[in-house]
Amino acid sequence: MDPIILARLQFAIVTVYHFFFVPLTLGLSIIVALMETFYVRTGREVFKTMTKFWGKLFVINFAMGVVTGIVQEFQFGMNWADYSRFVGDIFGAPLAIEALMAFFLESVFLGVWIFGWKRLSKGMHAVAIWLVAIGSNFSALWILIANSFMQQPVGYAIENGRAVMTDFIALILNPKVWLMFPHTISAGLATAAFFVMGISAYHLLRKQNVEVFNRSFKIAAIIGAIAVVMIALNGHSQTQQLVDTQPMKLAAAEALWETEDPASLSILTIGDLSQTKEIFSIRIPNLLSFLLFNQFYGEVEGIYDLQAEYEQLYGSGNYIPPVAIVYWSFRVMVGVGILLLILGLYGLFLVMRDSVEASSTGLKLFILALFLPYLANSAGWMMTEIGRVPWIVFGLMKIEDGISPTVPGSMVLTSLVLFTLVYAALMVADIYLLKKYAKAGPPAADDDDKDSAPEGEISFVSTQD
Amino acid sequence: MDLNTVWFILIAVLYIGFFILEGFDFGVGMLLPFLGRGETKEETDLKRRVILNTIGPFWDGNEVWLLTAGGATFAAFPLWYATMFSGFYLPFLFLLVALIMRGIAIEFRSKDENPKWRKLWDWSIFAGSLVSALLLGVAFANLARGVPIDANMNYVGGFWYLLNPYALLGGITTVAIFALHGAIFLSMKTTGDLRESAQRAAWRLWIPAVITLLLLLVATYMSTDFLTRLGINPGIIPITGIVAAFLCGYFVRRNRFGWAFGMTSITIAFSLTTLFLMLYPNVMISTIDPAYSLTIYNASSSPYTLRIMTIVALIFVPLILLYQGWTYWIFRKRIKAEPQSLTY
Repeated sequence: MDPIILARLQFAIVTVYHFFFVPLTLGLSIIVALMETFYVRTGREVFKTMTKFWGKLFVINFAMGVVTGIVQEFQFGMNWADYSRFVGDIFGAPLAIEALMAFFLESVFLGVWIFGWKRLSKGMHAVAIWLVAIGSNFSALWILIANSFMQQPVGYAIENGRAVMTDFIALILNPKVWLMFPHTISAGLATAAFFVMGISAYHLLRKQNVEVFNRSFKIAAIIGAIAVVMIALNGHSQTQQLVDTQPMKLAAAEALWETEDPASLSILTIGDLSQTKEIFSIRIPNLLSFLLFNQFYGEVEGIYDLQAEYEQLYGSGNYIPPVAIVYWSFRVMVGVGILLLILGLYGLFLVMRDSVEASSTGLKLFILALFLPYLANSAGWMMTEIGRVPWIVFGLMKIEDGISPTVPGSMVLTSLVLFTLVYAALMVADIYLLKKYAKAGPPAADDDDKDSAPEGEISFVSTQD
Repeated sequence: MDLNTVWFILIAVLYIGFFILEGFDFGVGMLLPFLGRGETKEETDLKRRVILNTIGPFWDGNEVWLLTAGGATFAAFPLWYATMFSGFYLPFLFLLVALIMRGIAIEFRSKDENPKWRKLWDWSIFAGSLVSALLLGVAFANLARGVPIDANMNYVGGFWYLLNPYALLGGITTVAIFALHGAIFLSMKTTGDLRESAQRAAWRLWIPAVITLLLLLVATYMSTDFLTRLGINPGIIPITGIVAAFLCGYFVRRNRFGWAFGMTSITIAFSLTTLFLMLYPNVMISTIDPAYSLTIYNASSSPYTLRIMTIVALIFVPLILLYQGWTYWIFRKRIKAEPQSLTY
């Protein structure tokens, strides 16, 4: 078996899997922290109940994100040793900083938060969850700084065949980072907002714990509406930036084979099986130029021309990513994004009209919408990463040159199979728990002095004095 | 002292911190099925919950030491990171699976009452802790012994080479010491029945821990270049490690578990320090040709990156020590076997 294909497949599987959990961690940490802050400010029990209920789901999800994250860090060295050698001088730094600045913060203070309900003052306890939220979101920043280098290398020089960091500030100020980071953070907030709205809708439909879930829905709807607008605006700028930095990714995402001026936007394009030309396409004239340049004209380079250009620049080879995957993942991301934008604003509308509970159709919609952000998150990363093919670091190193030269295909296969099996089993356990606790709702009465949860169930109250 | 040496020391410190901290929670995990035993099913479950609650607030923060050591290796010595992680492929793969199963098990176990569910995760915690400790020992013993590395800094030994008797002894010693370390920790953190059985276990585990440690010392003289590097009299550091291991038995016997915990910590710290002293300035020794060995110079990042990383470390490491230390202070009390007061 070809170790390159296996290693790529493994990277795709473990990374997409890891990113099922990460966005919810990013967003829900902030939402839970807000809820607890309201509790500290107002002293009202309903906010405490909310904090504990959503916190429980947060903790289950967080655990999955943490353990699958360890694989991510090890994997670069295990499967991609030559890549690690080539970029280690640059790529290792953000990963180490991520651990020092973010992983310690989130892991240590989550422990404090889970076990510290009785040990800490109310205020300090709320600070703990804020530190978890800050840690998680900082970790997103540093990993995106690392990833941005792969998309758009900056602040480096090539010395003795290795990329060497020459400007740390440039690495951090990489324009890519400041497009991807807000996009990821707002995607996290949207994921969490729709998660909270979906589960709240489920209970509101059944008229259970109405006060808790009405308030939760409200908070989430406000955050969700802000997040979806940010996602859309930011996604738009991100695509515009591709014109200059990764035109091939853009051309593939649009299935634009020939250079056009003005360029049309593809509504539906079907290519042949070899993915080298189009068979059929519905296009809206001028629209792509407009979206990219804010005017109805402007040249957008097509795949053929870029291929020819890259052959001149980098030598002969195939520089065309798998067009169909990039095209469709881009469309899924944008399509779902538009749906979320509409739903997010609709949620806000319901909240402002104070008719959340009354609208049973709306509530049903929000239960279904819970899954949408997951689809968009995965599609977005697939477009970003697969659109970079054949490069592992754009313009500097190709994927096939990055693997571990002495790790045989059989070993990579072992690891691919093992991770797939373990991850599949854990997904079953994770969904089982999330469903169980989401459906159960908060415990009926939540007394400070004794835990009302039945013995053996998780309790966040510890009276270990 | 140049920055390469500074980073070598820092990475050594990170691994030492990891072994001391996660060492006891690995040990607690290994002891779970043995000490978590009662006359009724309810009592068994309660004991297991108490055991897990002793490490509950800490284990995840402890594990970050490993992640940070890995990240720091990648940042400061990318060629070491690449060679070691691709070379120790299967041990690291199984280590990852063990860490994943164990971490999820600790968090998920308490969240459902079904006895089968709990049994599954109990097993996972036990096996995950045992396998992690074993493999870490195997990996570090192989670092001491040296592995076949070719002129291109690639490990060319295959999987079975890593499972040599010396490395396996390293793995078993790590398991034994972590189990002792964990039993002592439980003696400090529990009450009543459980405390008594943990104290007894500590005494029983002390014997194999010392025996394997001594065997490892002898084997290290024979299998590595320890003798040429450190001489017949290996110096104060390895000797302190061994003496601490003996003193540990004395303190366990006299029920001074705080002191005993200090002694196992010293044993772990000084054994690893010995290993890193044997390596320096190498980071991976090639058994094919010493010239192919990876050193803190030929495997390092650029001076610029090392400088940046040094500044980052100077800011964050003290901060981390402070707040992580604070959590040990917050949760310093013993865990009682009262179902209502348990979090897990």
